[in-house]
Amino acid sequence: MKLSFAAPLVVFAAMAGLLFFGLHRDPGLVASPLLDQPLPDFVMSEVRDPDSQLRSDELTGEPALLNVWASWCPPCLAEHPLLMSVTDEVRIFGLNYKDERDDAVQWLDRYGDPYTRSGHDPDGRVALDLGVYGVPETFVIDRNGRIVHKHTGPISVKEWAHTFRPLIQRLKDASD
Amino acid sequence: MIAELGHFSLILALLTAFTLATMPFIGALRRDPRWMALAPSAAAGLFVFHLLAFACLTWAFVVNDFSVLYVATNSNALLPLHYRFGAVWGAHEGSLLLWSLILSAWTLAVAVRSRSLPGEVSARVLSVLGFIAVGFLCFMLFTSNPFARLMPPAITGRDLNPLLQDIGLIVHPPILYMGYVGLAVPFAFAVAALAEGRVDAAWLRWTRPWTTVAWTFLTLGIAGGSWWAYYELGWGGWWFWDPVENASFIPWLVATALIHSLAVSEQRDAFKAWTVLLAIFGFSLSLLGTFIVRSGVLVSVHAFATDPARGVFVLAFLGLVVGTALALYAWRAGQIAGGDHFALCSRETLLLANNVLLTTAAATVLLGTLYPLLMEGLGLGQISVGRPYFDRTFVPLMVPLALLLGTGMLARWKRDTPVRIARLLAVALAAALAGALTAAVLANSIAAALGAGLAIWIVCSTVRTLAQRVRRPRDLLRLPRGWAGMSLAHLGFAVSLAGICFVSVLEAERIERLAPGDSVTVAGYEFRFKGVRDVTGPNYRALRGEIDVFRNGQRMAQLTPEKRTYLSQTQPMTEAAIDPGFTRDLYVALGEPLGDGAWSVRLHYKPFVRWIWLGAVLMALGGICAASDRRYRRRTVDPGDPDPLLAVVATSRSVPSGETT
Repeated sequence: MKLSFAAPLVVFAAMAGLLFFGLHRDPGLVASPLLDQPLPDFVMSEVRDPDSQLRSDELTGEPALLNVWASWCPPCLAEHPLLMSVTDEVRIFGLNYKDERDDAVQWLDRYGDPYTRSGHDPDGRVALDLGVYGVPETFVIDRNGRIVHKHTGPISVKEWAHTFRPLIQRLKDASD
Repeated sequence: MIAELGHFSLILALLTAFTLATMPFIGALRRDPRWMALAPSAAAGLFVFHLLAFACLTWAFVVNDFSVLYVATNSNALLPLHYRFGAVWGAHEGSLLLWSLILSAWTLAVAVRSRSLPGEVSARVLSVLGFIAVGFLCFMLFTSNPFARLMPPAITGRDLNPLLQDIGLIVHPPILYMGYVGLAVPFAFAVAALAEGRVDAAWLRWTRPWTTVAWTFLTLGIAGGSWWAYYELGWGGWWFWDPVENASFIPWLVATALIHSLAVSEQRDAFKAWTVLLAIFGFSLSLLGTFIVRSGVLVSVHAFATDPARGVFVLAFLGLVVGTALALYAWRAGQIAGGDHFALCSRETLLLANNVLLTTAAATVLLGTLYPLLMEGLGLGQISVGRPYFDRTFVPLMVPLALLLGTGMLARWKRDTPVRIARLLAVALAAALAGALTAAVLANSIAAALGAGLAIWIVCSTVRTLAQRVRRPRDLLRLPRGWAGMSLAHLGFAVSLAGICFVSVLEAERIERLAPGDSVTVAGYEFRFKGVRDVTGPNYRALRGEIDVFRNGQRMAQLTPEKRTYLSQTQPMTEAAIDPGFTRDLYVALGEPLGDGAWSVRLHYKPFVRWIWLGAVLMALGGICAASDRRYRRRTVDPGDPDPLLAVVATSRSVPSGETT
């Protein structure tokens, strides 16, 4: 018995173990190291207008959301109606992740544009600084530009009502 | 009453499967022909009980028996009869039953066709298939019983998902499942061979046609799914890299690799351990695909949380099947490895490269598919790695694959010289370069050049390879079917490749606000919007747009896209209208009403999109052709076969060698 023939078994056992324990882990334990840290500095070109720039300091002053999205991402489309319905509650900035500019603009035209402004991040550099796992992902930023909350995956109506809305209200009250 | 009958048949099927999984296997260990002889009858019983259960469930749908929970949740009194047949496998429980039914059909087919195999081999193979059936039947009976009753019965059903109310749903899953489950046969052969500790040419020759047939169904199933998404989802896309698509594509890539490595193993006695491993992986991945994606276990954490029994069962069963097979492999693969040496420049090397590329491609797609699922499993939300990942990792692997394909067919086994191959393929290379240059100039794009160049390269080198065997026209009829099938499949690959590249580069899309009487021109076609009117279907109401298409002032088609609202739903569904053509499709979908009779309308021009599926059909035809090669229909082996093990088999069976046609 050569050792190399056991390699597939070992790899499989490791994967199965990971999956098994992963399913029993408490999701609350996974947190971003960026929480309570200031938003990393970035400068991106605007999705709709390559000559205009979106800078990280634009997000400060009053609470804001930074939503990571892409036209190729089906869960973003699932989240999209919710974002459209809350544009009057908070400013939403977009981070268009690894997307073609034309596709992104077409997507916004087709479904509607919930974003105050959207930055274009074609090779994911800014997203890397933010520690983005995938799309969609949403950061809540307070008026001082600190990341106070991070959400992975599409925001559901329930999560908006139970987590986001009270949090944003609290941030707004704090700034008054 | 009928539902209980179905439930009872499932229980009988489980008992039969249990018998099949144990007794013939023990018989093979003890070399007791009486225990082994049980296998074919058990296989037949398994199929009959499955068929009965399936008929009962179908009956419940036909007569609208809403006291059956599964029927009540997936059908509706107003659902047209032919969709009720499709609704049988429209959701989790029913599709599991279909899976299991198809597995029993494959098992019976193996039992019938394997009479010429040594008794111990066929007993082991059938036992492995029986073991898989035990797993599926337990899963169904203990966690997902399609015959569970609903008390009190529903007055009318909730209705089938409108997306699935389509002729595509009726034919697509059975074809795809034929492919998925078909990979259980090479898997069973691999496990049986490992249990026995030897892999000989007879085993390999036996496995080849089964693998090819399963691959053929998988090809058709994937192409059908892509076609269905194209005309039913209303997006105009034909591949989305979503988990359900990938779940069928990953086993397809592995099965394609397996077909090629089986060829090397059978012809040259090399790569045998690798071939066995691929056979194990092929079926393991299709299990993973069906379970994890189809059953919705990991797609949503909520499904897992509400029904943890399903998730735990799935993982345990997967672990048992794959773990056992891989443990056997770790233990026995050393005995079956080996084979002749071959030079760096030889067909073996080229096919090895083919396997490396295909399995790497499968691994990248698997990673991209599982990553979001794992993330969600860890409670990090449903996220997408999406198209950029797949485009950047998968596409670069297909280019060398297409390049090698041309040389692989022509290269000699064991040893060849680059000079000889280059001389044979000089014309093909020149034609490919010329085609690529022309496309680059005409379309002004690298992708179009690559598509044209690679497609021409594959076609020319296939023709060149055939020309070596076919010197006069009538030789074409005498061509062995294996060769004809391979050539057809490779041509199909070229056609699909060209279609994919051309449609990606040359397609045009416009979203316009159109009021009645407005017109808009896309890629030389003028679309004139006449307006929208109400129509009523059997279980939906729809708004139907009418659009006339003109080309050079001539009216050439009328397109009627719809916005349907099914009576049991509130969300309207988009029904696109398509004017199909060999070199282009025109595709129109209604967006939103904008007031005053105006609508936002999406207009697509899709050049060569049909080639993608045409190529897949050619590949499937090639598969059928190759699987029907007469060499697979021999009852036993050549007396002159060099493998000493075979001689033992041949004499012990004392079956006269020769052709039985």
